[in-house]
This record gives sequence, structure tokens and C-alpha cells, in this order.
Amino acid sequence: MGKAPKKRSLADKVRKTKTSSEIKNNPFEVKINRKKFDVLGRKSKHDVGLPGVSRSKAVNKRKETLLKEYKQKNRCSKFIDRRFGEYDTKMAPEDKILQRFTMERQRVHEKKDVYNLNEEEELTHYGQSLAEMEKFNDVVNSDDESEEKGLLSAELTASHFGGGGGLLRKKALGEEEEGGQRAKSRQELIEELIQKSKQEKRERQVQREEAQELTEKLDQDWKNIQSLMVKKTPKADKQEEKPKLEEYDMMVRELGFEMKAQPSEKMKTPEELAKEEREKLQKLEADRLRRMMGEEVVEGAQSQIHFSADDLNDGFVLDKHDKKTLAYQDGKWNMGEEEEEEEEEDEAEDEEGEGESSEEQESDAEEDEVEEEEEEEEEEEEEEGSGEDDGHSDLESEQESENEEEEEASPKPKKTLSKEEVKAQQEAAKAELPYTFAAPESYNDLKDMLRGHTSDNQRLIVARTQKSNHPSLAVGNKLKLQKLFGFLLEYIGELATRSPPELSTIDKLIPEVYALCQMFPDAACKAMQSILGDAAHSMEETLEVKGHAAFPTLDMLIYLKVTALLFPTSDFRHPVTTPALLFISQALTKCPVRSLQDLTSGLVLCSLGVEYVSFSKRFLPELINFLVGTLHLAVQDKASLGYIVVPPFRASGKYSDLLVLSSSESCRSWSKKSLPLSATQQLDLGNDPDRDTHRLTCLSTCLDLVKRCCLLYKDLPSFTHIFQPIRTLLSKHLSTQTLPEPLQELSSEIVEAISSMPVTQSALVFDKRKPIPLKLLTPKIVEVLDYGKKRGSTREEREKERLKHKYKREFKGALREIRKDSRFLAREKLNEVMNRDAERKRKVKELMGSLATQEGEWKSLKRKKK
Amino acid sequence: MAPAKKRNVSSVKTAEKSAKKAKVDLSKTVERILESRKHANDVFDILESLQAEQEKEVISAVAACSELFCALLERKELFLGKLPGEEDALSGGYSAEDKYRIFMRHRYTSCVEILLEHLSHEQYDIKESAMCCLMKFAAGEGLHPLEDLDWSEHYSFPRELIQALVDNLLSKATDNSLLISRFQEFLEMEDVRYYVMSSIRDNVGKVMDKSKGAVVPVYQNNVFTLMSSISMPNQESELTNFMVKQEAKHEDWKAAKLHEHKRVFERMWLGFLKYKLPNSMYKKVLVILHDSILPYMSKPTLMIDFLTAAYEIGGAISLLALNGLFVLIHQHNLDYPDFYKKLYNLLEPSVFHVKYRARFFHLANVFLSSSHLPVYLVAAFAKRLARLALTAPPTALLIVLPFIYNLIRRHPSCRVLIHKPSAEDEPFEDPYLTDEEDPAQCRALESSLWEIKSLQKHYHPDVAKAALLINTPLSEQEDDISETLEVTTYELMEKDLKQPEIKSVPLEFETATRLLKGGGDVLGQHFCLA
Repeated sequence: MGKAPKKRSLADKVRKTKTSSEIKNNPFEVKINRKKFDVLGRKSKHDVGLPGVSRSKAVNKRKETLLKEYKQKNRCSKFIDRRFGEYDTKMAPEDKILQRFTMERQRVHEKKDVYNLNEEEELTHYGQSLAEMEKFNDVVNSDDESEEKGLLSAELTASHFGGGGGLLRKKALGEEEEGGQRAKSRQELIEELIQKSKQEKRERQVQREEAQELTEKLDQDWKNIQSLMVKKTPKADKQEEKPKLEEYDMMVRELGFEMKAQPSEKMKTPEELAKEEREKLQKLEADRLRRMMGEEVVEGAQSQIHFSADDLNDGFVLDKHDKKTLAYQDGKWNMGEEEEEEEEEDEAEDEEGEGESSEEQESDAEEDEVEEEEEEEEEEEEEEGSGEDDGHSDLESEQESENEEEEEASPKPKKTLSKEEVKAQQEAAKAELPYTFAAPESYNDLKDMLRGHTSDNQRLIVARTQKSNHPSLAVGNKLKLQKLFGFLLEYIGELATRSPPELSTIDKLIPEVYALCQMFPDAACKAMQSILGDAAHSMEETLEVKGHAAFPTLDMLIYLKVTALLFPTSDFRHPVTTPALLFISQALTKCPVRSLQDLTSGLVLCSLGVEYVSFSKRFLPELINFLVGTLHLAVQDKASLGYIVVPPFRASGKYSDLLVLSSSESCRSWSKKSLPLSATQQLDLGNDPDRDTHRLTCLSTCLDLVKRCCLLYKDLPSFTHIFQPIRTLLSKHLSTQTLPEPLQELSSEIVEAISSMPVTQSALVFDKRKPIPLKLLTPKIVEVLDYGKKRGSTREEREKERLKHKYKREFKGALREIRKDSRFLAREKLNEVMNRDAERKRKVKELMGSLATQEGEWKSLKRKKK
Repeated sequence: MAPAKKRNVSSVKTAEKSAKKAKVDLSKTVERILESRKHANDVFDILESLQAEQEKEVISAVAACSELFCALLERKELFLGKLPGEEDALSGGYSAEDKYRIFMRHRYTSCVEILLEHLSHEQYDIKESAMCCLMKFAAGEGLHPLEDLDWSEHYSFPRELIQALVDNLLSKATDNSLLISRFQEFLEMEDVRYYVMSSIRDNVGKVMDKSKGAVVPVYQNNVFTLMSSISMPNQESELTNFMVKQEAKHEDWKAAKLHEHKRVFERMWLGFLKYKLPNSMYKKVLVILHDSILPYMSKPTLMIDFLTAAYEIGGAISLLALNGLFVLIHQHNLDYPDFYKKLYNLLEPSVFHVKYRARFFHLANVFLSSSHLPVYLVAAFAKRLARLALTAPPTALLIVLPFIYNLIRRHPSCRVLIHKPSAEDEPFEDPYLTDEEDPAQCRALESSLWEIKSLQKHYHPDVAKAALLINTPLSEQEDDISETLEVTTYELMEKDLKQPEIKSVPLEFETATRLLKGGGDVLGQHFCLA
């Protein structure tokens, strides 16, 4: 059954190829779809149809699918042949077999053989590689049945397969031979047989063991000799070869040594760099720890490896063992490494001895400590030793040899160091910072970490913390460092609130804060915002209660400055600097000046304000107000002002004479010095001259700020009105007072600058707008590029339309298909019925025929009888 | 230490015990007295403990007193009518019953005296309980008057008691605001309020006449607290809650008539305000004037003197007086000469810094909302405000700039202030006269609002944006400044601080190395770290 359809399919294939070309040429098969318009350049796929072909295709397809389904109907079991190409009618049976074979092979084929070009498949015999067998490695076989394999003695076969006949025959023979001897029973015979075979087996085993021992011994011997041979021969050759180097050889070598283009080291990713950095720090840390223990490290130990000119830089050291003499130890070859190790141990012992002797002289108090160190030393050495023990493999021995060389070199300088030096180094190591730090989890952690260190060290600590917790090193590091930024800010605040404030430490920490901020702008922004928000909120609360507030404390001033350092102040709107500026302005308008400290704070704020707007030159009215107020504080005669003082200052009152000098003497001795920032918190000005000096310094600061403001705001249209109060103040009031030379000069400069500004301005006008174009009355021409497409609807509508259309088409198509299917099925059923009927008819005919012949015969018989 | 502590504890305990015992004793005494007249003399025990040192004892004594005398009042066991002297009572021909009543009445009066004294006690609890007790007595007296009510015209109300209470409440030495706020609950009752108001007036008159024009801050503060805690009814029908219900002719009672209430209210306030007040008191009065005083006066115009006086004072008080003046001008047809001129002169830099900034600008907005104002006036206001804006904080600027724009919108002829194309090319000096007090003479119309142009460079983005509006013709729609009136600096800050989505925070690209470096080194030049 299997073959017949296959054959037919082959035939079909052949026929089809023939017909397809024929069909196209056959005018009766072709149906031409007439087009209504012939459009140039348009290609249509469907101008020629082959109805016959497509119909037969459809019928065939149905036969394969629908008919099969129909036939399978109401049957529950089904046979599926999963062999390759079983149901592929197009495939020739030969192809199928070939394909199946290759697939089988491919499955067996292993990946490692992919690159095996020459090698054909491995040939096997009984599943064992022939190649393996050819090596004649007599592997020690386990003593199982394999022994018996192929060992077919006649006796055995007879005993096993002879059905006992052999034995019987033997017995008969024995009877015949020995005659009077008692014939052995069958049982005995079998036992004897077994015993015999066992004995044989044992003998074989002993023999084999002996042979194996012998080969092993031979191997051992060979190895021993081999090492000698290998060592000796090349050396001898070398010495001989050296003199007679030929030109050719020289050339070859030269070529060999010539620099080849080597792949450059790959670019490191930031993560790798960070890792390296951390590794470096860790290494340094380890180093420090060791030095803290009192061990010296030879400087440049790594770089002292000697390279010979012939070194190929492949890490191969040729004559390492040459110096070693051949010696026996415990009847075995002495391997050089072991001896070396022992030497090392001796050295170590020596060292310890030395250490002990020196330490004995040291005071009792240090003994405990030293003992601990000793112990740790020992531990370390043990570790080293164990490390070497592990590394006995041949591969590592070469590297080790280098290490050993280094270590051999190390003890010498050690001895040269005096005890004092050792001690000093130990202490230095103790004082030195660790190289890695865990990121602080809380603010207190950070404080603990930084407590007791100098400002430089604090900076180092923070820097190292940052490096050893780089976000690319671990997952949680990013969060840790973000937290660290917040803690650092808090720490800065605390440093500023201490008395006296540790501003130099803050100064040192600034680069770190900056670096962290660069790493995490968002977190930095949040942290700064919360600080500003809290400060502003508390100020707002006091304002609501009291109507005025105290000047921000030093930490807030520092925060404001740090804000300016971290974030750009010139942005039009910035989530941090805009609120910071607002805070400054709020402080300058709402905090009344009641002491020289307040004034100093105010001036710091003013300076900050100037810094904030120095680049953008934006107008900060509060700044001018405060400066006017400050200058007003210095005016002695407050009778006729000619200008208005803006709150928080008052034209007259308790604190309105803060900057008035107590005596004009102090003007002469005054010289400009910078004010300490701590003066915003506490000011120890016992006597009047001191106060006057401070006042003059404030005044000079104020004047300088005014000057800067003049420069900043000179482009503002209402410059003159903004600076009018300052001008009046300086020219009418302060000029009459006695002030030091530099201040007088400064003030006159300012007055000049203000009065030199142009007073006149052109009137305001609106920005010129683009003229509105006239209405155009020419028709609007719209190019239509997509004829035939429905327009005037939105994209969604068009899409919907398209889908609807598609659905309709598909629906129709499906309907048609279903109809064809049912027609096909009906036809099949009819065929079936007709076949059945025909069969029946045939059978009936047959029966009738036989009956008729029967009848005929019977009739003829009857006739004959008659 | 330990025994001392023990002793301490025990002493406390005994004190507590004794207090408790005293309480029990007192209530028992009260019961006894009420039970039979035999124990009448026990009343002295109560009065004694009323003057005791310990707070708890006093309070329980007060409670006992109130129980006792209220019961007695109810039983009418106190002598009615004019009280004879105690000796007279003994000698005079009184019946035993009357004698007992006279005796009790005397105890009652002394009890009231002690309680009134207690009103100026140091302990608030004692003050409070004394006051409550007195008010209970007042209620009791109201129901069962102690006077003979022979004639029907008379309305029974314990006027003397209330008067004495008010006199003691309005202390000259201590600030009684807490007690007064407690007293407020009694002021809910119409008749109490009525009589309290008239007593206040009497009291103020007496005290202030004595002080001869000098300021008595504590006293005036007390008076103000009491007066401002009076909440007046709006309609006659609301007058329902009385402490004493008059049996006859209740409707004719003065305390039951709204216009009488108003009259007394008005006289009380005028009586208070006619004396010199401390500045802070002026502010307080002016703050509540327009919505809790003026509407309840029968003739609000009587306030004009006070208001004009306040308006002349200047500064914040003037600003506040504006409100009352506005009510008078607006609702009571008051003619105030040079009102706008004065308003113009109120505009000073401090306007932006005072607490009442929002109220001032709200009113100014109302005053200047009329479209019938002369152009020169509006222009003067706009220019003046713009000039002042050069010194204003950002929160104020966010009010002033829309304010100015609104002025220009309402009076389109003021547009020359921001758009003067005729004089575009020839620069000239600002003709505006800052010091000129008369808005008509200040030549504001000839000027331009360069100040706003300057503010376009303001550091705060919102202000700068608002100032940029003058570059183009203003929109027709007026800005609503009422929203920005109350904005505080912190709220302005929060706008930036609480921004939900910040894409990426710009950072300073200049590497920071030192604390005092950067930003032009201004800080570093003048300050050092040490």
C-alpha cells in the first residue's frame, strides 16, 4: 500500500512540470480578464487567469484536508507516522531515506566535531573507538565477564551447550579408561569444572597484576631518567650552538623578535575604572594594615624583576633550577621547590627570633600589643605557606619562582631598619586613614566616622567613602551615596553652628560635596530644597507670630553659599536657586538689624545676593534697600534725610545709629581687613576702637557692594531712581562726615558713577508687532494627490472604513469557500453512494449470473434427463 | 531623702484627704443648714473656707455657697426689700422668721463680696468658679428678686450685681482676657448683654475720668476684650435667650428691644473711643470696626470723628481707618474732602511691608475701581505704585503689577504710561515729581512706567514675567488680584520647592573648590573663614 501512492506522486510531479508550461500556452485553459481602461504603467497581476488549474488545485487541496477529515469522521483512533517526510507526497522515497539518514547523523554529530575538518567520523567496534584500541593502552579491565569473552574452549562449549551430553560422554570415557575407578557423579563433575575455571582466572589475574606493576615501575624509572635527559641535553646543545650561529638563523630570530602589531588594551568602561579605583584603594588599605602591623614593604619590589635581553616576556624562566644539585632525599629525587620552602621557613624563623629578641627589650606596656602583632604575623605567614602548598602544580611553579625571588630579596633591607624607625612607621600607619569606608547609614555614623580627624583627613575620608561606594560597584551604593550627600549637608550645617564654627573644614569638604552633587543632581536638589524649605518655613512661622524674624544663622548662610556653588544661579527659574534667592530677599526685608552681628549677617546675605545675580544681572530690590539702610545707619545727623528708608530699617529709632563712629580718631588707624564669617554669630568687641574698626569694615564692605550693584544695574532704565537714595546719602550725608581715605574715595567713585548715568530715556512703546497681512481673495488651490481615496474624514474613520471593507470581503470569501466545501463534500458523498450502488449492482449481477447459470445447468440437466 | 519624701507624700495625701473631707463636710453642712434652721450658724464655716488658702477648698466652698444660696433664694428665705443693719435686726421688732432671713441675707451679701474679691484672685480656676457662682446668683436673683416689687413698672434684674461683676472684670492691673472669654458665654443672653453693656459704659466713664486723659493700657485692653466679645443680634426676632423672664410686659422691657441694644452698644463704644487710646488699641479697634461695630450702631456716622482722627495719624493706622471710612462713604453718604489725595499720600514704601498690605490693596482696588475718576489721578496712582515697586518684595510686586495693569485697563487713556509712540525717539528725563503731594500736580501723565521695564529684570521669574506684559498691549480682561493678596513668600517659594516633576536639575559646571570662591568672589573679598 505504501508504495503505490508515492509512485503516483512522483508521476504527478513529472506531469505537472510538463503541464504547467503547456497550460499557459493552451488558449482553452486561459481566461483573460478584460480591463475597462488601459492605464499606462500600471501592472496588474490578474489579467490572465487559469480557471482550470486553480480549480484542480482547490480540489486537490480539499482532497487532502477536507476529504481526509470526512473520512476520519466518527473514528476515534488515528495512526500518525512521525517519520520525516512521511506525509510529504512531493518527496521521492529515495530522498526521504537520504534525508532521514542525514538527520540521524546530524543528531549524533556533536558540536565539538564541527571544526574537525579532516577527521571523518569515529569508527567504532562494539561501541568502542577503533582509534582508542589502536593505541594499545591495555587498560586495566575490571574483572567481569569480559574475561570470558571470546574464550570458547571446546570443553566449555560442550559443558554449556552440549546439553550435558559432553559430560556424560566424558564420564563414559572415564569409565572406559579407568575402569574400576568410581565413576564421578554429575554433581562432582560440575564442581570440578567450576573450581578449575576459578583457578585459571586467579592465575590470570596475578599475572596481569605483575605486568602492571612492572610497567608502572618502568614508567617511574623512565620519568626519573627523562628529567635528567631533558635538562642536560639542551644545555649542552646551546653551548655548542652559540658560536656557530648562522646568518640565516639570526635573521629568523630577528624576524621572530620583531614587534608585531599587538592588540592595544581595550578601553575601560567607567565601571571598570571605578572598580580599579576601589581595588587600588583596597590594596592601599591592605598595605596600610600590614604596615600598621610593623612590616616593611620594599619599595618597588614588583618592578625589580630582572628581564634578560632574550626574554620573550612570556613569563618563562629558563634556568631556574640549574643551581640546584641533584640529591637524593628519602630515596627520592629532591624537588627544588620543597627545599626552597624549607629555606623560607628557616628565614621566617630567623625573623621571628630577631623580632623576639628586640621585643624583649621593649617596655612591658607594649608587650601585649606586640604579641598580637606577632600572632598575626604568624598567621599571615601560615597563609602564605598554605598558598604555596596549593600551588605545586607545574603551571604555577614559574610564577611562584618570581615571587620567591622577590621574597628572597626582601629580608635584607628589613634588617637595616632600626627599631625606632619600625616603631615610627607603625605609628604613622596607625595615624593614616583607612582606604575604604563603608557608606554611613545615618547621620551619626558619618559624625562618628569624621570625629577627631583633621579637616584634610575628613575630606579624604569622604572622598574615599565616595570612591569605595561608587554606584557602579554595587546595587545599593547609589542610594547610600545619595544619603551621604544629605548627611554631609547636615554635617556642614553642624560644623557651622559649632562655636567657633569650623569653617575651614567646610571649605575642605566643598569639592566632595560638589562631586556628589554632580553624581546625583536630583538627590542633591531634593536635599537642598528641604533645607531651604525648612528654614523658610520656620522663618515664616516666626514672622506670623512676631512680624519680624532673626537673621539666619551661620549654617544657613553657608548653605546659601553652597547652593550657589552647586547650582547655577543665573537660571531664570531653578528649583533650588530661585527659592534660595527668595530666602535671601525675605531675610533682607524681614529681619531687623539690632546689632553689629545682625548687620554682618545682613552684609553676608547682601554679598551672597550680589553673587547670585552677578552673572544674570537681575534686579534684587531688597539688596539695594538693605544697602541703603546700612548706609543710613552710618549717618550721624538724621534730621533731614531726603530719602526714604525701607523696612526693616527705620528712619530713626533705637538701632538706627549702629554704624555711627564713636570717635573720629579711629578713622586714621583703620585699614581694610576681611571680616570673619563667625562675626555673624558672635562678636567680641569690648572697646570702642574695636567697634569702630568693625563699623568701618562693614561700611567699606557695604560701599563696595554698592559699587558692584552700580555696575550690575547700570543698564536698568530706572537706574537713577533706584540709586537716588544712595546718591543722596553719599553726597549729602556721608561726605560731610569724617571717614578714612579709601572709603571717601570709594563713595565719591560711586557718586560719580551714579551721576554719570544718563537721566533721559525714551518713552515706553509696545513692541512692534508684525503687520497683520491683508485678506487675500485669490482662490485657494489645493493639490489632490490621492485620487480615489475617500477624503474629508479623519484617520480613524478611514481606518474603520477600511476594516469594514476588508471584513466584508473576507466574509464573502469565507462564504464562498464554505459553499465550495459543501459542494465538494456532496459530490464525494454522491460518489460514495454511486460506488456503493455500482458495487451492489455488480454483486447482484454476479449473483444473478451464477443463479442463471445454475438455473441453466439445472434446466439442461433436466433436459438431459428427459 | 526617703523619709522626707514620705512625709511630703503623706502631707500631700493628708491635704487631699482634708480637701476631700472638707468637700464632704461642706456639702453636709449645706444639707444641714437647709434641713433645719438650728444649724444656721454653720454658714460661717462655709464662708470661712471660702477665704481659705487652698485652691480646692475654695472651689468646693464656692460650689457649696452657690448650692446653699440658690436654694435659699428659691425658698425665699432671704430677706426681701431694704436690708436693716444686723444690730438693728436683733433689736428691732422682727419676728424670728424675719430675723433668720435678715441673718441669711447678710451672709449672702458677705458671700457675694468675697466672691467679687475672688474675681481678682491669682488662680484662674477660682476666678472662674467665682464668676460662674455669681452669675448663678444673678440668675437666682432675677427669678426671685430681693427687692420689693410693688410697682408694676419696675423690671426685676440684678443690676447691681452685674455692675459689680463688670467692675471687677475690668481690672486695671491684670489682664483678664481668659476670664472674659469665659464670660462670653453669659453674654449670649440678651438681658445680661444689655446690662453688661450699660455697666461697661458707666465703668469706662468712671475710670477714664479718673485717669484724666492718660492711657491705661491694661484696663483698656480688658475693656476692649470684653466689648469685642459682645456679639450683637441682627434682628429683633433673634432676641429670645433671656436669663430673667419678665412676667409682665416683657415686650416693653428695654432689654428686649433691638434698637435699645443698639443704642447702648453705640454709647458704649463711643464712650470707650472718646478717650485717648494706645496705638496698638487703635489698630485692634480699626481691624474689627467695619464688620463688628459699624453695622450694629444706630447712627454709624457718629464714628466719623474717630475715623478721621485715626486717618490723620498716618502709617498703618491710616491704612486701617480706610476701611471704616469706606463703609461710611459708601453706605452712609459721607463726604470726605481730599480723600484720594490722602490715599495717594498714604502710598509709601512701607505699604509693601506692613501686615495689613492685603487689606490695603483690596480697599485701594475698590476705591480706584470707579471709572469716573479723572485720568490724572489714576495715572498718578499708577506711577506712584510703580515707583514704589522698585523697593518692594516679590510678593508685593505680584500684587502691584496686576494692580497697575488693572488701573490702565479701566482707564484706557492711561495707556500713554506704557505706550507713547509720539515721543518714541527723543529721550527725556522723567518728569514725574516724586515729592509732590497733589496727584494733580505730579505730572504722571507725561511720564512712562520705566520702573516696570526695570522690573523685567527682576530676579524672581514670576515677577519678571508679569513685568513683561507691558511690552504688548494689555488684554481686555482685568486681572483678579484677590488671589495674590495673601500670598506669602513661603508659598511663593513652595511653588519651586514642591515642583512634582523636575526633568533634570541643572548643575553648576564650574567645579567648586573652595567655600568662598565662585560667583565673582564677592564673599571671598570681604569675608574670611576664621
